[in-house]
Amino acid sequence: MERLSQERMPLYEALKQHDSKRIAHFDVPGHKGGRGNKELKHFLGETCLRLDVNSMKPLDNLCHPVSVIKEAQELAAEAFGADEAFFIVNGTTAAVQAMVMSTCKAGDKIIMPRNVHRSAINALVVCGALPIYINPGINKELGIPLGMSVKDVEEAINSNPEAKAILVNNPTYYGICSDLGQIVALAHEHNMLVLVDEAHGTHFYFGEDMPVSAMAAGADMAAVSMHKTGGSLTQSSILLCNKSMNADYVRQVINLTQTTSGSYLLMSSLDIARKNLSMNGKEMFRKTVEFAQYARDEINKLGGYYAFAEELADGDAVYAFDKTKLSIHTRAVGLAGIEVYDLLRDEYDIQIEFGDIGNILAIVSAGDRNLEIERLISALSEIKRLYEKDKTGLFDHEYINPDVVMAPQQAFYGEKHSVPIIESAGEICGEFVMCYPPGIPILAPGERITEDIVNYILYAKEKGCFMTGTQDMKIENINVVTKS
Amino acid sequence: MTLMELWFTEEHTKNVRFSIKVDKQLVSRQGDFQRIDVFETKEFGKVLTLDGFLMVTEKDEFIYHEMITHVPMAVNPDIKKVLVIGAGDGGTIRELTRYEKVERIDMVEIDREVVAVCKEYLPQTACKLEDERVHIHYEDGLKFVRKPVNEYDLIIVDSTDPFGPGEGLFTKEFYGNCFKALTERGILINQHESPYYENDLKAMQRAHKHIKSAFPISTVYQMHIPTYPSGHWLFGFASKGLSPTKDLNAEKWNGLGLKTKYYNTNLHLGAFALPNYVMELLEESSL
Repeated sequence: MERLSQERMPLYEALKQHDSKRIAHFDVPGHKGGRGNKELKHFLGETCLRLDVNSMKPLDNLCHPVSVIKEAQELAAEAFGADEAFFIVNGTTAAVQAMVMSTCKAGDKIIMPRNVHRSAINALVVCGALPIYINPGINKELGIPLGMSVKDVEEAINSNPEAKAILVNNPTYYGICSDLGQIVALAHEHNMLVLVDEAHGTHFYFGEDMPVSAMAAGADMAAVSMHKTGGSLTQSSILLCNKSMNADYVRQVINLTQTTSGSYLLMSSLDIARKNLSMNGKEMFRKTVEFAQYARDEINKLGGYYAFAEELADGDAVYAFDKTKLSIHTRAVGLAGIEVYDLLRDEYDIQIEFGDIGNILAIVSAGDRNLEIERLISALSEIKRLYEKDKTGLFDHEYINPDVVMAPQQAFYGEKHSVPIIESAGEICGEFVMCYPPGIPILAPGERITEDIVNYILYAKEKGCFMTGTQDMKIENINVVTKS
Repeated sequence: MTLMELWFTEEHTKNVRFSIKVDKQLVSRQGDFQRIDVFETKEFGKVLTLDGFLMVTEKDEFIYHEMITHVPMAVNPDIKKVLVIGAGDGGTIRELTRYEKVERIDMVEIDREVVAVCKEYLPQTACKLEDERVHIHYEDGLKFVRKPVNEYDLIIVDSTDPFGPGEGLFTKEFYGNCFKALTERGILINQHESPYYENDLKAMQRAHKHIKSAFPISTVYQMHIPTYPSGHWLFGFASKGLSPTKDLNAEKWNGLGLKTKYYNTNLHLGAFALPNYVMELLEESSL
């Protein structure tokens, strides 16, 4: 096949051309280049509003791409080493759901680690597939869930030979990678498809000396959050498929739930980001790793904090570590991660990605400057000087192995009633409870609520985690399945 | 006689411009951090600009450099160890080296190129950078100040504006680290922007708020710098206990017999007497 020129940006070029034509618009959007909403135009900028257009023949259609979107997707597929690439404008959540729904029907089994993003379990609620959870294992010292060990995957496959697919979360939010190559080999040997939630792994495709990417490992599908580390606009994402998938069927599944008014701002940002990654990715991620490594070294010199990296690798549940991630364990300073996260923002005007019970995560990218990196390190040094506490009494574990009693769909749609969380131990949960970020459910529909889980939720709330998921906006009551 | 109209213009606000007629440009250099230019002018002598912002002129630099050094030195004439952050033009160092009691001056300048240009084109300010007590470190001030604990009697933050390379020197984490690096009788002096134009006064309020959160004593003093926006300029004085006025040791300082053009110990006291609107801005910033 002829190699495409990664310097091209078909969607961007088409939009530029469209913009130069000064077309009279009698189509949506009704703001008509911002003239109909001057305050919005002033706020977001005229160019932005002018390019916020609807599908039309010269600009193709996301639901049924035949021209410039098709070309842009082909270029993306080539850049990622995939057979097909789909632009997704409903977030990586939509890409993850499309993976699950393209491979599983109601009643089908899917193997996945329990520390998946809520979007994966949401997909099970919608399509009725049954999760076979693999305990990701936990690093006791850091309190973080790890990757999947090959042995656990093998056991899950052997006990559930009828499962349709395995979903791998790679890398995790904290930067932990599983042995993707081995998992793919095992799964394919047993006729199972491998779906990779690669929300935090865009850079694996473009940087040097990175952990293996899903497509390179031979996975069947991967959901890549271009907007996270790839430089496109928030909510834009790419779904990748290997030739093992029927791409036309996948497109149909995407279209079940994706908007028919795909945003050209989001789509063109994918096109431009893909070109930038292809042209400059090596240098961008070299710089990112350099920043992250420098920050790790300096933070580890402060004492108390532990900015961890590839030394965690054990060849199994931590097969590799994503060195662009700046994950910092805070418990030895006597502060919960969420407390450090709040102090950084409230006291030092520094916003990081998230804080959980024992850790914080800072996203570093080529868009950073030395200045900001120094600010983060210095602020952490000040937080230690001013707020360091005795670490006894801090909660020391993050992951609680769930007891799945019922399929998520059955529990979510079943008859439920509300009880105070504090009195809910023993019940079957009918909804989600999670801290956001990271958005990994503490409880998912169909899981048994235990005393440990209740304590964990109360502790996370007390420390200031932003809790979501329940119908009760105050997170005081929880819907549980009514026993028949 | 030619009638060449060559002017250096700086926007003091979007609607206010300040121009100096330029005789000739002596050097223009793009460093890793900023663009550095030196002009020869009739009115102000040599003029140093960084990224197009006027930093130093030969004619009025004495005001800035005397006020940033002699004020703390007159409050504590026993200062021995000084950390100067920024100050690539060398003017602050020149004034500090006049004190025999000062034993060591660590100067931390992020941009090596600024020092090189000033040594070559602005000997009036850069003349003492070779003094044996002066140790120049070319690194980020925010990074440098993370390490020392209870080490300096005086820290002078002679920085550019709170955007560009000097940004980190206006942050709360920076001032907190300075507190930690100072001794019990330590004093922090900083370039504190102006209370007059909207943008400058916001930066000045933010700086005050941040310094106040780290130091028990924190105030500002004023002077008149003709080439800076509005001419009305402030420096910050913060300490762990010394008062800038009550602890002024006028007798001892005057006993040193230093000849100055702007500073004297009467003006010292007056500089801390602030206009009402400035006092209000400071109060507002702590809310």
